[in-house]
Parts: sequence; structure tokens; C-alpha cells
Amino acid sequence: MRLSRPDPFIGLAAACSILILAFILLPLVEMITQPTMGEMTATLQDSDVRRAVGLSLGTAATAGVIALLLGTPFAYLLARRNFPGKKLVESAVDLPIMIPHPVIGIALLSLAGKNHWIGRAMGEAGIRLMGTYTGIVAVMLFVGLPFFINAAKAGFEAVPERMEKVGRSLGASPAGAFFRITLPLTWRSMVVGVIMCMARAISEFGAIVIVAYHPMVAPVMIYERFTAFGLKYSQPVAVWLILVCLLLFVLLRLFARPAKEIR
Amino acid sequence: MIRISNLSVNLPGFSLKDIDLHVEPGQFFVLLGPTGAGKTLILESIAGLLPVDSGQIQVHGRDVTNLPPEKRGIGIVYQNSALFPHLNVRANIEFGLRYGKGDSKESRQRFDMLVGTLGLKRLLARSPLHLSGGEQQRVALARALVVDPRILLLDEPLSALDPNFREEIRDILKHLHQETGIAILMVTHDFGEARFLGQQITVIHQGRLQQTGTADEIFRRPTAPFVARFVGMHNIYAAEFVGPMARLGANTLRLESPVSPGSGHVAFRPEDVALFNGSMNSDYREDEEGNTLSGSVIALQHQGVFSDVRIQSEDLQIRAITPTSRVVQMNLSPGEPIQCRITPQNLHVMV
Repeated sequence: MRLSRPDPFIGLAAACSILILAFILLPLVEMITQPTMGEMTATLQDSDVRRAVGLSLGTAATAGVIALLLGTPFAYLLARRNFPGKKLVESAVDLPIMIPHPVIGIALLSLAGKNHWIGRAMGEAGIRLMGTYTGIVAVMLFVGLPFFINAAKAGFEAVPERMEKVGRSLGASPAGAFFRITLPLTWRSMVVGVIMCMARAISEFGAIVIVAYHPMVAPVMIYERFTAFGLKYSQPVAVWLILVCLLLFVLLRLFARPAKEIR
Repeated sequence: MIRISNLSVNLPGFSLKDIDLHVEPGQFFVLLGPTGAGKTLILESIAGLLPVDSGQIQVHGRDVTNLPPEKRGIGIVYQNSALFPHLNVRANIEFGLRYGKGDSKESRQRFDMLVGTLGLKRLLARSPLHLSGGEQQRVALARALVVDPRILLLDEPLSALDPNFREEIRDILKHLHQETGIAILMVTHDFGEARFLGQQITVIHQGRLQQTGTADEIFRRPTAPFVARFVGMHNIYAAEFVGPMARLGANTLRLESPVSPGSGHVAFRPEDVALFNGSMNSDYREDEEGNTLSGSVIALQHQGVFSDVRIQSEDLQIRAITPTSRVVQMNLSPGEPIQCRITPQNLHVMV
């Protein structure tokens, strides 16, 4: 857009945009640039830190894979079928975004406790949420699912149903049409969905801290070091977490490169 | 061959009612109707892509009403070709070969025949995203025909194409039909296409079949006012029949043969209206066979060789299409008195 004399309205909009970008980027840049190289290497040599970042990535990846396996069929149904109450179901999927994080932790624990038959059944099967890897994954799945399902659903909606119909008329079963037509055209959306789900999962703190203070994921460790030792000591961990996540997401984004145009 | 009986489909805001169709083996059958008439729905019901509420679909005497689409052996080609963008042209065409009769020597021969007939040889390695509309539609036809379906359904296959491609694909369709002898059921809103391709035509309107017949029958003898308007009859009036006469408001027209008394419609084509005025007395003879209506010109539009003349005669508005040279000869202009003559043979009676 080329304006010979900037309109005051456009000028105001541009000023707001710059303000917001600065608000987002300045603290991050400040935090990343504050720790010295020495502090960074020292932190990396701390096995507790490595374990926490590794646990964050591992649990988030587990949640991402579960979301992919269970969420894909669900997203497909939402994209392809109309049924009474569909709007309600879609709102239910978005609920985890709205609920305050500690409430999520408490809600999951109340279902998994001894006072609920599901909790008792889980206990008999040897599944515990409190203070376990499983518990962390459960929380992460809960908060990450809406992001995966919405991304996958948007991907499916972008594939014209007529393509599947043509596939069926050529002899493909519903599953055949899905795997030979729809999936090759939407797997990028699903990778993006998994990335968003994992990003949300890694960033979760409020619900995880209620379900599992230990084993310690990176955000809980950052919080612990901040409360116990102060800002300076928590920064390098935070920077490592951000760097590892950024690297991972850049790699995945590259992997899911240019989506082909779908007609 | 393909027999559809009492087919009904109910969707929110739209329904098909009591559709009966019969496509003979090797026949090119055309469903003709305006956009929104339910033509695509009928095709999708036949192909099993849409659940039907009642009725029966038979293919070769076998009831397929409750079979899934992949078990019916019915091919479909949509208006926008719906090629798979992640597969090249060859893979698109071969998509169906792993199912049903499978990848046999016979199917290879059919592949070669179709690729040759449709001129796709040099396109096989290309992505469908880089094809013209006409090329895409040719690939879609090959993809549907290579699996040797019992019948091919065509959903407005020419409408999305540029005019020059349209003619090309239309000719290809006719050629393919003659070459393969496959039965084809095509839907279109274009009477010209229907007339060129269709051996049998059914006109559909608001989810109901209006009239079935050959192109000539539909064109010359429409049986319902909607069909008459659709094939360009334009002058359609409610009428009371009294013996050999039809009363249209204040005017009375003589019919070719008597009709049983009652009410109905009378229609005639604008090109069948002959115009006369005072200056043309030389070739107008009162005693000539015909119905003469007096009125005045209300509008006049030159459209090249022909002119569109609107005439008010009593309470009737008549549209006439007349050679422009004649309009100039008669020195016609709005407000001038004029006489219209319509011979009884050109009057279509619908009761």
C-alpha cells in the first residue's frame, strides 16, 4: 500500500501494531539476551534442567501423538457430517481453552481419585495421575486437544467432499477414499495441528503443577527456581526451553512445507 | 438398464419427488433443467452418494438402492472435474484400477484407448493443477471410463468451461459415446447441449420431472408451460378452450384441431409471429389461413439480423422475433399500430 500522505486513521492503526509487536517481542528478546554464555552452558550441564526440558518435550509429544490418533477421526466427522447438536459438540471441544488452568488440574484429579468409579478402575489397572508422567500427559492432552482438532478440521474442510465422492464412485471404500485422497491432501494441517497442540502442552503450568509437581516439567522448574532463587537463576532455564521449542517447531514447519493448492 | 422408480429425496430446503427415469443400454440421456432444479441430487442418489428416502434404483435388473457407491459400478464426472491434486494425470486416471475388475490386460487396453481418444498422451506426467479446464475435464472423463462403469453420470460437464473448450468437450462426449457405447446420463441447464447430445431428454423443474421425449418432441411439443418457456416459447397464455377455438382474455385464436372444452395453456414461439402493418398490404391477404391479432408496438430492440418486438394486443403481451430488414421496411416504432398473425399449426395447446 502506498499512500502519499498517511491518513491519520491508518497512522493510528500502524502505531498500535508497532506497540503490540514491541510488547510481545521486547520481553522475550530481553530475557534471551540477559544470561551470559557461561550461565547458559552451566545450566545445560545441570542434569535436572536437561531432565525437565526433556520431560516437557516427551510428555508434550506423547500428548500430540494421542491427539493425532484420537482427534483425527473426530475432526473428520466434524468436517464431513451434520448432526443435531453439532454446534454444542464444537463448543465442548473448545472448552479446555476457556477453563482456568488450575481448575483443569482439579477436575482431572477429582475424576481420577478414589471417590470416583473411574478413578478406582484406573487404580486397579495401575494407572495413577497424581505425580506421574501419565498425569502430565493427561493434562497436556486436555489443554492441547482443541488446537489439534480445530487445525485438522480446517484441513478436512478444505478438501472438497466431491473428491471423496469421485473416489467412491471409482471403487474406493470410505476408508480407501480417506487414506488415498483426503489424508495426502491434509497431512500438513495435521502436522500443524500437532505442533500447536504440543506448543500449548509445553506451555502449560497451572494444571500440571496441581497434578504433578514432580516429576518436574520445565515450566514448573522455572517457577520453582524463580520463587526459590529469583529472576536471574530462572532465566537460563527459560531460555533453553524456548530455544529447544523454537528449533523443534521450525523443523516441523519446514517438514510440512508449502501446502499444495487444492481446487 | 438403469431404471429409477419413485425416487424421493428430502433435504433441508429441497426435495425430489417421485422421480421415474429409464435409460436404455447405450443411450445418451439428458436431464434438462434450470440451476437449482435438483439435477445434481438425482445423479448423486443414483451413484449412491446421497441417501434416498424412498424409491428404487436398478442397474441391469439388479436393485442397487442400498449398495454403497463403490459397489454400484456407476461413474460420475462433475462440473469442476474434481481431479486429485496430489496425483499426476496418469495416477488420477489409474486411481480406480486397483478396485473391482482390477488392473487387467483389458483395462490396460482401455487405458490406452482412452488416452489416445482424449489426447492425453503428452499430459500423463503433468499435475492436474497445471491443466486447462478442457484438459482437466478430459482427464476426469478418462478416469471415470477406465474402470468400465455400467453407466456414466455427467454433472454439467461443460458449464465451467470457456466457450471454445465447451464445443471441444461436447464433440468429444459425442465421439466417446459412439466409440464406447456406454450409457450416459447427463444433466445440464443448456438446451443447446441437450439437443446436440441427448437421444432422450427429460425436463426437470422444482424437483419434479416435467416431460420426457426426444429433443424434437420437447422443442416442438412441450406439454407444460414451464417446458415451453424453457425451450424458448416465450408467448404462453392461460386459455379457455371451446371447440376449435381458444379464448385468451379478450382475444380468440383458432386451433389446428378441436380440443375438449376446459382450461389450459396456449403457447407459440416468437419467431412464429408474423407482423404486418398498413405499409405491407401488398403481401398480406385477409383470406389467408391464420389468426390475426391487432395491437400496438410497445418496445423494439434491434439485435443484429433479428429484432425483438413487444406488442400489446388487448390484454396480451406478445413477443415477436422478426428480421430487422422487415422491421425497417415496415418503419416500425413504439406506439404504432400493428397486426400479428399466428398460424394454427404453430399454436401449442397444453391442457
